[in-house]
Amino acid sequence: MLKDTMSGFELYQPTDVDNALALVDRFGKNGWLLAGGYDSLDWFKNRGKTPVAIIDLAGVEELRGVREVGEILEIGALTTLTEIERHPLINERFSLLAEAASKVASPQIRNAATLGGNLCQDTRCWYYRYGLNCYRAEGNTCYASGPEALNREHALFGASRCVAVTPSDTGPVLVVLDAEMVVRNSKGEHIIKAEDFFMDPAVDLTRMTVLEPGDLLTAIRIPNTWAKQSFYFEKVRDRNSWDFALVSIAAAFVVEGGVVDDLRVTCGGVQCVPRRLRKVEDFVRGLPKNERTGELAAEISVSGAQVLNKNHFKVSLMKNLVKRAIRDG
Amino acid sequence: MAKGNFRRYDLHESQQNCSLENIDFCDSSTVPFLNERYSRRDFIKGVIASGIAIAGIPYMASGQVRPTSSLGSVERLVSLNVNGQVRRVDVLPNETLVMTLRYKLGLTGTKLGCDRGECGACTVLIDDVDHYACSTLTHRVRNREVTTVEGLENSEGELHPVQSAFVRELAPQCGFCTPGQVMSAVALLKKNSNPTREEVRIALSGNLCRCGAYDHYLNGVMSAAQEINRG
Repeated sequence: MLKDTMSGFELYQPTDVDNALALVDRFGKNGWLLAGGYDSLDWFKNRGKTPVAIIDLAGVEELRGVREVGEILEIGALTTLTEIERHPLINERFSLLAEAASKVASPQIRNAATLGGNLCQDTRCWYYRYGLNCYRAEGNTCYASGPEALNREHALFGASRCVAVTPSDTGPVLVVLDAEMVVRNSKGEHIIKAEDFFMDPAVDLTRMTVLEPGDLLTAIRIPNTWAKQSFYFEKVRDRNSWDFALVSIAAAFVVEGGVVDDLRVTCGGVQCVPRRLRKVEDFVRGLPKNERTGELAAEISVSGAQVLNKNHFKVSLMKNLVKRAIRDG
Repeated sequence: MAKGNFRRYDLHESQQNCSLENIDFCDSSTVPFLNERYSRRDFIKGVIASGIAIAGIPYMASGQVRPTSSLGSVERLVSLNVNGQVRRVDVLPNETLVMTLRYKLGLTGTKLGCDRGECGACTVLIDDVDHYACSTLTHRVRNREVTTVEGLENSEGELHPVQSAFVRELAPQCGFCTPGQVMSAVALLKKNSNPTREEVRIALSGNLCRCGAYDHYLNGVMSAAQEINRG
């Protein structure tokens, strides 16, 4: 199979959301929404996906930019990761998000890749990406969980047939910040909480988000709840550029007199969705923010982990990240 | 150049039902360059005359090309602003910028490495921001200014300070990643003419160098920054 060229498609470049949605409806399953293009073009070049019509959103200005709407910071889904990394308001209030954006892939990719794309991108399981007929590709097996499988990057938690993990760095951050996703389709607009935005594989294996065909993620709204609190973000990966997280952690703390009043902790790279560590949050709330609390929380954080053949290391990695987040965040 | 372009388009149209993917199973009469009318000599002469590498043909004549566009989709004939010149070019909807630059505009300074946004060899500037040309659809850069490594020298033909610094610091070894490294460095210096070494490291972190000459490239960018600031 020719693996270097995209198959032919029609390209549409709408300049507003209504036209984009009309095109989405017109082409249905044969259409494909294109944002930054880094995930999409890989699929097209590998002929993993061969849509008939590409709806290029790059010209839709209303999907770009960061706006203040009352107490809420609204970020257009097409805002690039570089813009997020440098934006003064985001750096002032939610430096966590700017930091996560700055750790995505490489500078050139961040210049084109968008926040919406980072949230909606498909998983990186290479068995799936290679085009194998696995569960996620509507087949009937998982190649990544077999005894000989190379599954160093795969899930510790919540696997349901498929053991792939969320590749997004900004996803865990938005869960921590209680963000809301603004979704539009031809029927209107609705809001989905960040925590509910990612698809549980037990519900539907074939997509990463709860977006239905015909839906368009238009913006991400971040309430002021966690603005300017103390944050912690760390992404561990095999190399410092280009790479997806082996495990990442995003955390926010409200600290009063050395005691944790409230907190949010979420891990990426350990489950198909950003994993919010509720048990850790419940345990740490009300305790002094120090190394000892971190150590105890670390033990709690990995309870229930189901390791695969090659990913045991993620257990200790995750524990260390939880400890560091609580001690240093 | 123009001659070559027409020839390629003849290829598409005659191949609507016969892509290069399944060429072995095609009737050779539908594929011009497999037809006996074209001798090997003619073919080679054609390639040389057109100035287009053979490597370009499979890319350009890839499967399932639909020559007619349906309602509302992009027009294939576009004007591109490349290195300050506006050039008319026929661009397929699924064509990436690196293909257009190399195989239609003859600007082979931009290299094609991985074709997946994982190496940086194809880095170009779009409106002064560095992007991977392999992962940018050409139709996205209409009305934008594209700068390739060919467009860096000034009107007197002098190299850009980054280029001369790379020469001075012996930055490239094999040189394949160099155009990309140059473009990333130029993009950095356009927005930050006095970077720290760490900032340069981050700015060049999207460009692989298989020779491992990273430190030499960093030296080059630091030296170029000094030169630019000296004026």
